[in-house]
Amino acid sequence: MMQGLLNWIDARFPLTKVWNEHLAEYYAPKNFNFWYFFGSLALLVLVIQIVSGIFLTMHYKPDETMAYLSVEYIMRDVPGGWFIRYMHSTGASAFFIVIYLHMFRGLIYGSYKGPRELVWLIGMAIYLALMAEAFMGYLLPWGNMSYWGAQVIINLFNTVPVIGADLSTWIRGDYVIADATLNRLFALHVAALPLVLVGLVFVHIVALHVVGSNNPDGVEIKKLKDENGIPLDGIPFHPYYTVKDIVGVGVFLLAFFAIIFFAPEMGGYFLEHANFEPANALKTPEHIAPVWYFTPFYTVLRAVTITPFAGTLAMFGAIVLLFLLPWIDRNPIKSWRYRNKAHTINILLFAVCFLVLGYLGVKPVIPVLKELGTRMTEIYFLFFVVLWIHSKPGKANYFMWFIILAAVVFGIDWVRYNPEATDDAVQIAWQWVFPIGYLALTLLLPKVLKSFNAEKIVPERVTS
Amino acid sequence: MRKQVIAFAATLLLPMSLMASGGGAHLEPANIDVHDHKSLQNGAKYFVNYCMGCHGVKASRYNRLATDMGLPVVPAKTGKSGKEADMIADANAKLVTENLIFTTDEDGKPSSLGSLMLSSIPEKDAARWFGAPPPDLSVVSRLRGSDWIYNYLKGFYLDSERPTGVNNTVFPNVGMPHVLWELQGWQAHDEHGLKLVSAGKMSPEEYDVVVRDITNFLTYVGEPAQLVRKKYGVFAMILLVVFIGIAYLLKKEFWKDIH
Amino acid sequence: MENSEVDKGRRRFLIAATSVVGAVGTVAMAAPFLNSWNPSERAKAAGAPVEVNLNKIQEGQLVRVIWRKKPIWIVNRTKKMLEDLPGNDNLLRDPASEVATQQPAYAQNPLRTREGKEKYLVLIGICTHLGCSPTFRPELAPPDLGSDWKGGWYCPCHGSRFDLAGRVFKNVPAPTNLVVPVYSFKDENTIIVGLDENGEAV
Repeated sequence: MMQGLLNWIDARFPLTKVWNEHLAEYYAPKNFNFWYFFGSLALLVLVIQIVSGIFLTMHYKPDETMAYLSVEYIMRDVPGGWFIRYMHSTGASAFFIVIYLHMFRGLIYGSYKGPRELVWLIGMAIYLALMAEAFMGYLLPWGNMSYWGAQVIINLFNTVPVIGADLSTWIRGDYVIADATLNRLFALHVAALPLVLVGLVFVHIVALHVVGSNNPDGVEIKKLKDENGIPLDGIPFHPYYTVKDIVGVGVFLLAFFAIIFFAPEMGGYFLEHANFEPANALKTPEHIAPVWYFTPFYTVLRAVTITPFAGTLAMFGAIVLLFLLPWIDRNPIKSWRYRNKAHTINILLFAVCFLVLGYLGVKPVIPVLKELGTRMTEIYFLFFVVLWIHSKPGKANYFMWFIILAAVVFGIDWVRYNPEATDDAVQIAWQWVFPIGYLALTLLLPKVLKSFNAEKIVPERVTS
Repeated sequence: MRKQVIAFAATLLLPMSLMASGGGAHLEPANIDVHDHKSLQNGAKYFVNYCMGCHGVKASRYNRLATDMGLPVVPAKTGKSGKEADMIADANAKLVTENLIFTTDEDGKPSSLGSLMLSSIPEKDAARWFGAPPPDLSVVSRLRGSDWIYNYLKGFYLDSERPTGVNNTVFPNVGMPHVLWELQGWQAHDEHGLKLVSAGKMSPEEYDVVVRDITNFLTYVGEPAQLVRKKYGVFAMILLVVFIGIAYLLKKEFWKDIH
Repeated sequence: MENSEVDKGRRRFLIAATSVVGAVGTVAMAAPFLNSWNPSERAKAAGAPVEVNLNKIQEGQLVRVIWRKKPIWIVNRTKKMLEDLPGNDNLLRDPASEVATQQPAYAQNPLRTREGKEKYLVLIGICTHLGCSPTFRPELAPPDLGSDWKGGWYCPCHGSRFDLAGRVFKNVPAPTNLVVPVYSFKDENTIIVGLDENGEAV
């Protein structure tokens, strides 16, 4: 009976074929570790956001006079409304946590390298679409932070030469953030961008299943197959990784629901305090900071002060560089397990730098933190240069590059240094140790100590 | 694997703890308990009498408030059944209507149990009289924090330079007059802190209770769901732990094939 | 792989256990989502019982009020109207109001009202056919409704007819009498729609 139905469907739609190609006979490397949970978790969060979002849309009013109270209406008057709203607000942050870890996995195991360049590029497009989606969603509660956050971000377009002012007015549909802006961002948030996101995620998975998954050893499992054409180190995704991912889903949901039920504001980082005040065009919140997941790039924006447009460019450049990773890092070894130690240091320092940038983004600009932001921004960009240099550890002229890059850092300091601006000058005068220290650890160390420059032999088969 | 998890947890916790360490001026803790019905009732009483002339809590409804502070006005929520439930609900409805509801709805009709808790003055008039309208206080506890409210209500002191004659320790140059002066009396502020210079109807201890109860009430009103949220949370946690346990056994069972 | 034969029972059990706990969790999670479609506190507050002052309704007059966003008719029937009603009985589908769902027990009588207050008829003004609101036609024997017409309602959508007790005539699309809502008298001159001795309407 069931088989008959299945045959009937298969004659009309490749159900069994899709099931086999993507699950039952999709061979994934058997050595996936902790870092490989986040792909399927990202998919889970996407579903959570879509479902909770659809239900919120049923009660929310995208109107400047009603939006703010309609959220409180959901929180109080709609049966179960608070649960749905907290799921969505927590889901937004959870999405970025999962995505950042997913991206970091790609970084340490070289998953962006050939033949997976397109998987990486599509993934980066998803990340970009997600940032747009999150930004637009953040305006909808129409709190004061929503309002001024959107004001600042849309005014970034103001910095574009010549057309800037007209462009930002066009985006807003009014002279400041107003009803028209709320209404159009609502439409984009609930309809346009979710479609784009779902489409990109679909393409991301299709592309991945063509080239096959990378793994912590960075070994191509398709190179060694048995007599049936099955990779020796591969296991069917279903049931092995489905049962494993179910455990991951359980652990994730434990944390997710712990936040929803016990700390939905997450200390003001998932739901910002200043947003519990309606949008007020006459009063900017004392402490204006974007939501945590944007803060690293926000710090980059604040750090580059030559011209406003340069700041905007630097911020977008920081994201664009991530797109280019497959071509910046040309080292044939994928996983950091077999790269030299200097590369490991480089990646870890980059991660620390990213976290510090994020931390600085929620802090007010005082001289010491302002300079720290600038220094971390320098390291952020230097990372990509060092990554490029590390592509060929045997041939790289580390010393020369150290001198060149240090000269660039001091050159920028030379331009920035103004002894009359005492506070800033004091900070510049000592904080140069951060970028120079970074360069020393990643470039001088492998030069001086050969063990930090030695690469290991990549095994034929995956380990463990 | 385990080392990685620990390292990962550490990287997550580090910035969190750094973030948490920031803070503003020193605030005396309010020590409130949103599950304390008597305190909520007392806070609500003072709020509708002293605050609602200017400040609404317009996201909130009287009947929900009544039920949440232990005076259910719907028979189904009394925990009793039949005639007894009806009688309790009716008595509570009468109590709440007579003691808490003094406002009118947007259409000018007297508010009823299901009405939103609007302030007594229309927003437009208030904006004209005060320059800026007194803010709605529905979620003020989530904007400012409970401790802030508690300290604010205790922080009024005489200041002849202000048009209202008072200033506030946690809200400098506040526009609001000291509405509770009758109860608290007047305080002066010098380098040693606040000092009562003219007594009110209440002793400082009694006033403290009133302020704490108002703070409790506003904290509850900021998020009524907090009364049930954690209860559901415990169930969710238990269910998920069981789920993880079984799923882990399932995973191990299947992965015997691999190792 | 050779030991997989031995483990089948355990696997089946663990799959079942995971599915059951997972299903319980999914149902628990779905509950608030489904519940969010029920009337909110705002809808309930807006649908609270309404009081109507009967002094303003003259004899033979119909007054419309809104309760739960539905039109409610209150008719102060004249003596003549009441006397004419039994004359319709043979033409009606359910003259004795036997279909229990169409009125509270206290209105389950030919005049469809509470005892002692027979002249006040309270109806939900929605046709039991497809939900249009019928037109009040109190006049006697108008040309378009025929010589037997003793006053009542005519539905413009599909021609259903009801008499002055809201009872449906035979051979019209509407299957049942018009609905009498839950109501009670607060005092001699005040009626409350949506509330009676059993509490608020469900």
